[in-house]
Amino acid sequence: MLVQRPRALTLGERIYLPGILKGMWLTLRHMFRPKVTLRYPEEKWQVPEYYRGIPVLVSDQDGRTKCVACFLCQWVCPPRAITIKAQELPSSNVEKGPREFEINMLRCIMCGYCEEVCPEEAIFMSKEYELTGRSRQELIFDKEKLLRLGGTRFDTIKKWVHK
Amino acid sequence: MSDKALLTLASADPYDRGAFDTDALKDSLFTTRIDELVSWSRKNSLWPMPMGLACCAIELMAMVGPRFDVARFGAEALRFSPRQADLMIVAGTVSKKMAPAVKKVYDQMPEPKWVIAMGACASSGGMFHSYSTVQGVDEIIPVDIYIPGCPPRPEALIAGILEIQKKIATETK
Repeated sequence: MLVQRPRALTLGERIYLPGILKGMWLTLRHMFRPKVTLRYPEEKWQVPEYYRGIPVLVSDQDGRTKCVACFLCQWVCPPRAITIKAQELPSSNVEKGPREFEINMLRCIMCGYCEEVCPEEAIFMSKEYELTGRSRQELIFDKEKLLRLGGTRFDTIKKWVHK
Repeated sequence: MSDKALLTLASADPYDRGAFDTDALKDSLFTTRIDELVSWSRKNSLWPMPMGLACCAIELMAMVGPRFDVARFGAEALRFSPRQADLMIVAGTVSKKMAPAVKKVYDQMPEPKWVIAMGACASSGGMFHSYSTVQGVDEIIPVDIYIPGCPPRPEALIAGILEIQKKIATETK
């Protein structure tokens, strides 16, 4: 079917006024609708339980890092944001732990693969979503910072105590 | 005016407008440094140049929309012409093919100008460790604020704009 030319405008359409009034009526109606604006810096968004913010490390109730430096998260990380340097812990049952654990938040895409793959439940996705930085270096989080952000999670296994 | 007339004025009722009153002067005068005035006006009327290159641009649009409403901070006038903009928001993957265009648009913007790298791709290349992707837009233009996230929430972008307002308030260009 060929496309036809549009029909000639009627008088009402040619003088535009009804169209303008219709548009202004729409605007006027919107003025009395409920306000939807979230007043952001004062009023915060209700973060749902399943939200994936930046990944953080957690420590157990004894204040020890749960991570055993198995490198699974570094291996699975799609943007390769995680860098781990392991160390030996000869005096404990765990034998291995991270000496350095860095997450480049600028690379991180908050996919949650690291949380999913972690066999020790040492890395979690936080609720943090409003991160900004003035330099790249500022947004590379080291182990101490990640542990501080993660806080404590109760661990029933207590791998530090039992072999 | 004679000395006698001045004396009469000084001793007159302090609420009388004709009398010379230093307290009244405090209420009616506002002094500031010209730098502060200029940066105050700059920071409260940022006109962003939306460099929407990928999915981050959707969140950029959401930021301008009614829910998050960046007009509350005076940055709602998105200019699609670089000549009328002073804040470039690079939102999305900068491919090597797009890089010259981004650079050109940045060069066309009049000084003073600022840049926000929004999202993982614009800030560092993100997950594209690729021959075709610029590993962070700061390899071609100077970036003031980096916002991580894939994509960042509109709130994060507003936080970035507030951060850049703080930066503008402290700098003199």
